Order: sequence, then C-alpha cells, then structure tokens
Amino acid sequence: MAEQMSNQSEPETKLVGLLAEFRSPEKLVAAAEQVREEGYRRIDAFTPFPVHGLDEALAIRPTVLPWVVLGAGVSGAVAALAGQWWTNTIDYPFVVSGKPLFSLPANIPVTFEVIILFAGFTAFFGMLVLNGLPRFVQPVFRSQRFRRATADRFFLLVEAADARFSVENTRQLLSAVGAAQVEELHDDASPIRLPSWIGWTLVTLAILALLPPLWIARARVVQSDQPRWHTFIDMDYQPKAKPQTVSTLFADGRADRLPVAGTVARGQLRDDVRLYQGIDPDAQTPQPEPSNPEPPHPEPSNPSEPKPEAAKPADAAASEPAVAWVTEIPLPVTDPMMRRGQQQYNIYCAACHGLAGEGDGLVARRAQELQQGTWLPPTSLHSEPVRLQPVGQLFHTISHGVRKMPPYAAQISVPDRWAIVLYIRALQRTQNAKPEDVPSETWKAMQP
Amino acid sequence: MSTATQAAIDNTFDDPGRRAPLITGGQDYTSVTDMVCSLAERRQPPLAWYVAFGISSTLAAMFFGLIGYLIVTGIGVWGNNAPVFWAFDIVNFVFWVGIGHAGTLISAILFLFRQNWRTSINRFAEAMTIFAVTCAAIFPGIHVGRVWFAYWLAPYPAQHLEMWPNFRSPLLWDVFAVNTYASISALFWYMGMIPDLATLRDRATTKWRQLAFGIAALGWNGSARHWMRYETAYMLLAALATPLVLSVHSVVSFDFAVSQVPGWHTTIFPPYFVAGAVFGGFAMVILLIVPARQWFGLKHLITLRHLENMNKILLATGTIVGSAYAIEFFIAWYGGNAYERFAFINRALGPYAWSYWTMIACNLGASQFLWLKKVRTTPWMMLIVAAAVTVGMWFERFVIIVTSLSRDFLPSSWGFYKPTAIDILMFIGSFGLFFTMFLLFVRYLPMVAMAEVKSMMPHGHEEEH
Repeated sequence: MAEQMSNQSEPETKLVGLLAEFRSPEKLVAAAEQVREEGYRRIDAFTPFPVHGLDEALAIRPTVLPWVVLGAGVSGAVAALAGQWWTNTIDYPFVVSGKPLFSLPANIPVTFEVIILFAGFTAFFGMLVLNGLPRFVQPVFRSQRFRRATADRFFLLVEAADARFSVENTRQLLSAVGAAQVEELHDDASPIRLPSWIGWTLVTLAILALLPPLWIARARVVQSDQPRWHTFIDMDYQPKAKPQTVSTLFADGRADRLPVAGTVARGQLRDDVRLYQGIDPDAQTPQPEPSNPEPPHPEPSNPSEPKPEAAKPADAAASEPAVAWVTEIPLPVTDPMMRRGQQQYNIYCAACHGLAGEGDGLVARRAQELQQGTWLPPTSLHSEPVRLQPVGQLFHTISHGVRKMPPYAAQISVPDRWAIVLYIRALQRTQNAKPEDVPSETWKAMQP
Repeated sequence: MSTATQAAIDNTFDDPGRRAPLITGGQDYTSVTDMVCSLAERRQPPLAWYVAFGISSTLAAMFFGLIGYLIVTGIGVWGNNAPVFWAFDIVNFVFWVGIGHAGTLISAILFLFRQNWRTSINRFAEAMTIFAVTCAAIFPGIHVGRVWFAYWLAPYPAQHLEMWPNFRSPLLWDVFAVNTYASISALFWYMGMIPDLATLRDRATTKWRQLAFGIAALGWNGSARHWMRYETAYMLLAALATPLVLSVHSVVSFDFAVSQVPGWHTTIFPPYFVAGAVFGGFAMVILLIVPARQWFGLKHLITLRHLENMNKILLATGTIVGSAYAIEFFIAWYGGNAYERFAFINRALGPYAWSYWTMIACNLGASQFLWLKKVRTTPWMMLIVAAAVTVGMWFERFVIIVTSLSRDFLPSSWGFYKPTAIDILMFIGSFGLFFTMFLLFVRYLPMVAMAEVKSMMPHGHEEEH
C-alpha cells in the first residue's frame, strides 16, 4: 500500500527527498546505476547488509579510515616503546638479575598489544565518527516502511537538494527503474528542543562529578594532624612492647628485660661438671709445686680461664696452676665410641695435628712451607707433657683451645669431644706401647 | 515467506559439481530475520531457560560469595602451597582464556580466509569469547591476595609507590595482552552487532525495547556509505584481531616458558598453547551450539556442514596438540637434560599420572574419533567428543602447571598439592557466571549475525563471493 506521510500535525516540514523501495539487491544496484547516469548526484542507498556493486554504482570514494588506523598503530608503537624505555630505564631503572633495562625482545609484547589496542579502538571509533554515528534523529527514520531497510528491503534516497531533483520527474524515474514503492520523505524543520530537565540534570551531574577530584586535589596540598584513614587494619596495630622501646612499667624505663637471675635455658644447665668440663668436683685440689710462688688455684668449679701453658711445646711449665681434671672418661667407653672418635678426630683435628697425631697435618706442613714467622707448630700428641695430661685436661683443650689453637666447643658436641679424647689416648698408645698392651694372641703370633 | 522446518538437511557433501548450500530450508532474507529476531523478541522464553538461568545464577552467586570469602580470609583457603604456588587459579585462567580464542578465530581468522560458513556461528562464538575472557580475567585478579592493590599492575604514575611496573615480565605482558584482548573482542562483537541491533530496533514494539535497542544501535540506518566504512573497519579489526589472538595465548604461555622450571622452559609453548586454545575453544563452541541450534530452531542456519567444519578444525588442532605432546617428550629425551627428562617421566608415572592419562585419552584419544564422518556429522556424538576435549584441555593445564611445580629441581623442595573445596567450588562457580551471561545473551541479543548471513546468501548476483 502506498502510504503518504501525513504532515498536518507538524507546523514546519521540508521535503528531504524521495525514498524508493526495492525488493532485491540486484534491482537496487541497477536502479542506482541508472539514476546516476541520469545525472543525479545526491543519492544514497540503504540495505540490510552490504551489497556488492553498490559502491561502484554510487561512485562512493574509498575511506581514509585505513590510514588513520595505521597512524594510530604507529603512534601506539611509539608510545609503548617510549613509555617502557622511559619508565624502566630513566625514571625508575628496574634492575632484575642484571638483565638489560631495555631490550627489544623483552619489550615487544607490550608494544605489540598497545599497537593492536590503539589501532583497534581507532578502527571502531573512527568508523563511527566518519559515519557520523551515533545519530538518533534522522529523516529516514520517519518513514514506516523504512523499518524494513534493516531486514529485507532495499532503499534508494534521492535528495531534494540535488540539482536535477523534481518531485514528479524523479518519481517517474524511480518507478521506471523498478521501485516497488516511492514515498516522499519529510523532515521536521522546527528547531530541536530537548526537555529542559535533561539539561539541568546533566549540569548537576557534571558539577557533582567534579567534587571528588577537587576534594582529592585539596587533600594533596592541605596538611592535617589527624591520622590517615586506615581501612584494612590487618595486624598493623599490635598491643605489645617492641624491642628497644620505652616502657613505663619498669624502673629502668626499658621494655627489654633480662632473664631473672639464675635462669637457665633448657638443656643449658650442664651441672655435670665431669662431663661438661672435665673437672672432678670431689677431688682434693692438688698442691702446687713448691717452686711456684703463685697462690693455689681457685675453686675447681670455676675453671673458665686456665693459665696458659708455656709457649714451647716440649717445655713442661713449672708455674702451671693445678686443676683437678678427671682422669677417667665420664661416658661408657665402647668400640663405636672409639670409631666415632677416630672419625671426628680425622675431621677436626687431623688437619693440623696429623692423622697420627704427630703435628704434621696438611695445614702445619703448608705453614712450614710458607715459613711465616707467626706460625706456632701444633703440639705433637705423643710428647711427654701431653701424654701425662689427664683426659679432663685434653677435653678442656679441645673445648676452649690453648695458645694458638682455637676453641672447638661450638663445632663438636660434648660426647664427640670425649670420643676424640679416647681416640687420642689410643693414638698415644701406638707410639708408646708396652708388650703388656698387645693382646696375647697377637703377641704369640708376633713371636718369631 | 518460507517456513522454517526442523528437519535437518544433509549439506555435508563435497561434490565439486554442485556447491553445498550453507543455509538450508529455502530461506530468504525475511525468514532469516524472523528466525533470529523472534528469539530475542518473544515475551517469555521457554521454561527450560528459567531453570537453566536459576541454576547458573545460583552458581554465579556462589562464585562471588566465595570470592568475597577469599579476599577477606586470604589465599590460604585454596590448596596452593610451597612448591605448588600456582594451581587451580592459574589453570582456570588459562582454561577460560583458551576457550575465548575460538570465538576470535571464527570471527577474524575465518573471515580473512573468506570462509563464509562462519557467518552463522560467529556472533555466538564471539559472545562466548567475551564471557570466557570475563571469567578468565577474574582469576588472576583475585589470586594476587591483596586484590585492592591490583591496580598497581597498571602503568600509572604512583606517588606513594614511586616506581613503575616491570615491563619485561610475562606477568605484566599478560596484563596488557588479556586486557587488550578483552577490549578488542568486545569492540569487534559490538561492532558486528550494530546492524542486527538496528534490525531489532526497527522491529521493536514496546517503548523500552525501542529505547534500549535504539541507543545500542547508535542510529544505524544501513546507508551504503556507512556500510563501506563499516566493512573497512571490520576488515581492519579482523586483521588486527588475528595476530592479537595468536599473541595473547603466546603471552599466556610465556608465563611458563620464560621461567626455568623443567617442563615449562620450552620454546614449543607458544604454538602449542595457541593450538590447544583453539582446540578447547572449538570444543566449547560445539558444546554450546549443538543444543542451541536444536532448542532455538536454528538448524537451517547452523547446519550439519557448519558442525562438520568445526569438527574438522577440532580434529586438526587436536592432532597438532597430540603431536606437540610427542615432540615435547622427544625433546626431553633428545636434549639430555636430566631434569626435563624426569619432568616428563614424572608426568606419566608420578603421583599425578591419573591426570596425565586423562589428558591424553581425552585430547588425543577422543579427537581422533573425528576422522570418521559419522562422528563429525552426528550431533550427539560430537557432543561427547567435545565434552571429552573440554575436560582434557582443563587437565592439560593442570598437568603442565601442577606436576611441574610439585616436582622441580630439588627433591627436598617437592610437595604434593591437593585442591580444597573452595578451589573446586570456585571452578564450578565460574561456569555459573559464564552460563548466566550466556543465557542473558541468548534471551536478549541476536544470536546469529543476520546481516552477515544475508550478505552471503546466494541471490543470483553476478559477482562471486
């Protein structure tokens, strides 16, 4: 049915053009060609999908969009590369395992993504801008039949502004080229008026939207004596005394407290003096030698600083204070203990004292080679003074060191030290044995 | 106006003499428009939609509730431990991102290859991409622990931090890649919908629909000049989206490949991951589209030929993935690196061997059934294969991430990972979110790209498409 738009309700209308409806894309393309041949220039076609051949028929010029997109892509590349270079090398050089601060292989992924991002957004928004979209008010939307332009009908619009336009002639031409329907298209020529409340609402919203940034800007320059807003408290405020802070609870004002006098940590009591110090607490303090003008040695329970022996290894010091060393190893002596002592001796002692205890360990031999004046040769464990030392004194030497030998209490546990002492006794026996020391079977086997 | 019958016409023949129709049932422009628009225009969808929506929105609500619980309590509610610092969270992330890639492939890559059959499924697949990427992006966002600081990842001038992100880190490449992918996919999807939204606008009968579709269609009128620029922009976006989709999953694979962990540090990861993503994504498309074409009466638009083509892509990518498994194994032996060798033997025989063999069976085993034309063209059979592939692809990421982390260089550092209930429920909840968005899409938006389908319907034009 031919429907003429009734224009009596609008005060002002103007004729926009003639809108012709076609039933198939081929008819539309043929019609467009013919209309153009007749000399019309201000024409446009409307289809539900892109129809091939229409661009040529209407002589539509190619768009500049691809070049704009290219420009956007290039600027994306520049922006990404420059941004990464400046942030990671200039503003905050980000040193990670000595890797180059800027290296193309590492910086390409972000660059690539930014290129795509810029180019893609430009393609989409560029297309909209070039098409003049969004545009919700258009003359063609006033036509009821035009609603099928997006479904299954094809339209050709000849604008009234065209030089050759005349309502009758153009209508005849359109019918002649196969239009199923031709209608006049009118537009509302009165000025567009938005309802006033829209304007006021937008202005109010704009003002409200400005408030948060202004508030933030003010907060950046104004100083306050209030504490910060702390939203996620987590465990930031803990009611405990931190080290080296002031405390009003104690007289000395310190939060750091020493342990109560006499406090002993677990495992640190070590009241077995025989085991832990090699000293016999029950023995009589041996009398010092008459030639020794020094007073008797103080309480045996406090032998923390024994007087040093003489510097020369072979010299039995006359002024040595007497300590009641234990003479028997205070642990059960077993074969495993002997082997343990051998193992530990080889680890800790043999480097200086040698595997056989003769003072020819690798360190000592190297030191001899270097001939440094500061080197004190390690004592031979077979020398008479050392052989005469009670086991407790040997234990003490291992624990606290003597002369240039450092203390080994930190490295060797107490049972291991006693095992080493046992092994040293065995070593000493090897160089100073008596026939009674050989087992009877072996002695018999040794007989010629 | 021709009626759309539900009988499936077999258009899967490959006779060079006569071209198989892509749209069956004697459709014309009017019937195609009615077929698709009526779905978005009906007052009430069938009851099944409400049931499905109820289930999926409940799962989605559970998902968000668990996210809240996670943020308030901490990452400890998951099973992540030392040494398995990445587990379900990153597996789910890679799983969903991979699914999204099929949509972009259908939209962009098949467009560049001039595969006209894509027009029936590209809207559907692009929607799937958007929703899958949404689900994917949630997981790395919440797995950082202090989610309220997640914006530190962005390169903004931070006054109190006084530092910038490290642009050489694959974790930051991920931020750019996934965000770019989400934005460009959304743009592409929306741009493709503008003409169809205009169709719905012009058919809208209620004021609300006119307003909503009117705003969304931006005043599209189908002008030939507009179409010309639109097609240019579409081609440009397709050309941009193609390297984008290849790069995004490559960048995701760099999260692993750039590290030193045995089983991760291998150059095959980018192409292997991309092929795997297409594989898993197409399986999800098939899983969604086979029931959709049945329930929404779209069998004449989404024909057996479309399904068969998708299955062929599934077969191809599945074989690529299978060969990637073989190559990895070969290189582990040929390269002689003891740690790499152990990593692969451990995958097949270690404590997670069950997951490895599930992956092999589902990915390689199930996909090989697609050599049979019967399987390729029978909807219920391809559903089974697609479901198996989806499961297999999830397990592939699980195998890669968890087994490599649980046993790497130093045996004293080895540890076993067990997922907690929260891990599993969050994974299920992500499906809830996905399907909620998808059900809303099928209810309110045009499921098929009508304008594109019409543009390649044969109408006797002298120009060949």
